[in-house]
Amino acid sequence: MFANLAQLVRYRGLIQSLVARELKARYRGSVLGFCWSFINPLLLLAIYSFIFTTIMPNRVEGVQPYALFMLCGILPWTWFAASLTEASSSLIAGGNLIKKVLFPAEVLPIVSVLANMVHFFLALPIVVLFLILYRHPPDAWDLAWFPVAVLVQLIFTMGIGLALAALTVHFRDIRDILANVLMLWFFSTPIIYPWFQKEVLPYKLFFDLNPFTHLAISYQEILFFPDAIGHWRWLLALGVASVGVFLAGYWLFDRLRDSFVEVV
Amino acid sequence: MTPAIELQDVTKIYRRYGGRQFATLKSALLQRSILRDLSPTETFPALQNVSLTVPPGRTYGVIGRNGSGKSTALKLVAGITKPTSGTVTVQGRISALIELGAGFHPEISGRENVFINAVMLGLSKREIARRFDDIVEFAELQDFIDAPVKTYSSGMYMRLGFAVAIHVDPDVLLVDEVLAVGDEGFTHKCLDKFAELRRLGKTILLVTHSLSLVERFCDEALWLDEGRARASGDPRRVVDAYLTAVEKTEQELLASTTAKAVAATRSVTHAESAATQEAGKAAAAETVAPARAKPDGELKNMFAVIEGRWGSREIEITDVTLLDEGHQPAFVFHSGDPMAVRLKVTAHAPATDFVFGVSLFNADGVCCYGTNTFIEQMDPQSLEGDAEVIFAVDSLELVEGTYKLDVAVHTCDGYPYDYHRLLYTFRVKSRTPDVGIYRPKHRWTFSGGVRFKEGRGQG
Repeated sequence: MFANLAQLVRYRGLIQSLVARELKARYRGSVLGFCWSFINPLLLLAIYSFIFTTIMPNRVEGVQPYALFMLCGILPWTWFAASLTEASSSLIAGGNLIKKVLFPAEVLPIVSVLANMVHFFLALPIVVLFLILYRHPPDAWDLAWFPVAVLVQLIFTMGIGLALAALTVHFRDIRDILANVLMLWFFSTPIIYPWFQKEVLPYKLFFDLNPFTHLAISYQEILFFPDAIGHWRWLLALGVASVGVFLAGYWLFDRLRDSFVEVV
Repeated sequence: MTPAIELQDVTKIYRRYGGRQFATLKSALLQRSILRDLSPTETFPALQNVSLTVPPGRTYGVIGRNGSGKSTALKLVAGITKPTSGTVTVQGRISALIELGAGFHPEISGRENVFINAVMLGLSKREIARRFDDIVEFAELQDFIDAPVKTYSSGMYMRLGFAVAIHVDPDVLLVDEVLAVGDEGFTHKCLDKFAELRRLGKTILLVTHSLSLVERFCDEALWLDEGRARASGDPRRVVDAYLTAVEKTEQELLASTTAKAVAATRSVTHAESAATQEAGKAAAAETVAPARAKPDGELKNMFAVIEGRWGSREIEITDVTLLDEGHQPAFVFHSGDPMAVRLKVTAHAPATDFVFGVSLFNADGVCCYGTNTFIEQMDPQSLEGDAEVIFAVDSLELVEGTYKLDVAVHTCDGYPYDYHRLLYTFRVKSRTPDVGIYRPKHRWTFSGGVRFKEGRGQG
């Protein structure tokens, strides 16, 4: 397993090319091209902010401007959710590669995660735009934690993505289950509501058990709340756990590897 | 010298995840069978104890029927799958032409696909840049290289895939039947490229159904049958051994076809055979005595292809056997070989009016040849009890194909005693793929400025 992991480093050129291909191919043929990387989250944001500021306004103290608050959680979530959705079907979609070319299969889910990470990065200028627009500067020192949060999320997502990819080969219905689980997961993570809202507090244990809670809170503290990040212990703990998740996911993937060629 | 490819006692057992076809995660969880479902339930040996050594610079052919494990062997060498037991070692960079353009993405341009495909095959960016022009030139796609691959014709797609794979500069090239896809011109180009790689001392492992390619091209060959190595070594010998075995299975198949046809006629009830008898009589009469004038309406029945058996059975054909050179029953013959048709007949009552007839039909139902003892001016005198009739052909000058045989015994004016129509099938094989229904004995002579190259003839 660790030999295979080490080999992965050798394939970084391949991963790089495939991520580039993924990005190029996604918007090839569309008029707006890469602009969709901005437009998609903007539209999503417009819908959510219309609902939560006009129709059923969230007036919790401290989360104004609400649109900006929400954006800080939604963008990483989109990265996470899209990565898992794509990773879970990546092996089936890339079946031709696995069967006909000597090709390290784990590259496929990893490429899904990385391509979506690039989309996440491409959407970040929107956050910057809103920060300037609302004159809402984040704490400068907090920004140093941003790469840490991204790294933790990357490792965590890859771990789950690898496991899902491997299992989906055997159980195709994971793709459908996943869509529903992700929906539930989204609403049980403090993204469209703050974690300190009084209705949330009674369920604190439940929220603490949700790994994405800590990522969402970290992003919100880093980008939105002006005071220093208070959640860094949780973030680092999640980082350690993520390495565990990644190794477990990779282990499962490695165990099932030989079956891919035969089952896909 | 260390071999370029070495398989030692390799066994590959494919696992079938039986009964799991429609299993879902839900049912797996409900029945707590998730672990069991992830472990294979059925196994299927694709290769069993196959060993193979290819020294560097040799071209090695693998032949065998469909499903004999050829492609599995290739995938093992390529490293796409792992052997269940045994070891596979390969020295040097491998390029596998298993499926051309397997990694192409339809939406992006040929140029970008070349880069990504080549990276997948193990080249660095710099190496690709250096070879890029060669690749495009070889694929003859200079004008289209910037168009998305989805707009390519399948030929263009294949050419590009082949061009990339061949320019990876492999030490070991694995080829799986890819030559069958291109047009004539491209196939030649591929063969030339292979020849060039051979000259450069590259090792080639070729999986193909084209036996002539193996004979012409390979230094050694391996014949796989149901996952086992049946023969290896000199390609000509291996191909011959393979062909002999193919013939044997064909013999068996034809034997069972014939047996079925004969059995079918036995099960026909008397009432039915009486009905066909009337129709048959006319046809029989015509085949028997084609020289005789016939009413117009019956002429169109001349070569009507109706399988079956009819006749009064006063004289019965009890057995029909095709015999080869060694007087052994056979169903597959080589063009130019002797063949004999042996009829065993029984006269249930002494007869003085009888004609024996034989005719050959090809697969299209065209009568290639038909004759009988009456046409050949043999006047019957008497037939009593059991007898044997042999119709011998010294040299079977037929082109390759499947043929059917009519045999009959009837009276001089066409009344059928026993008529067997198209019940016996045999196959003619030929090394020359000539066409038609008959091969006259022939030779070519040339004079003047005509010259042919040496060596293409199979001898």
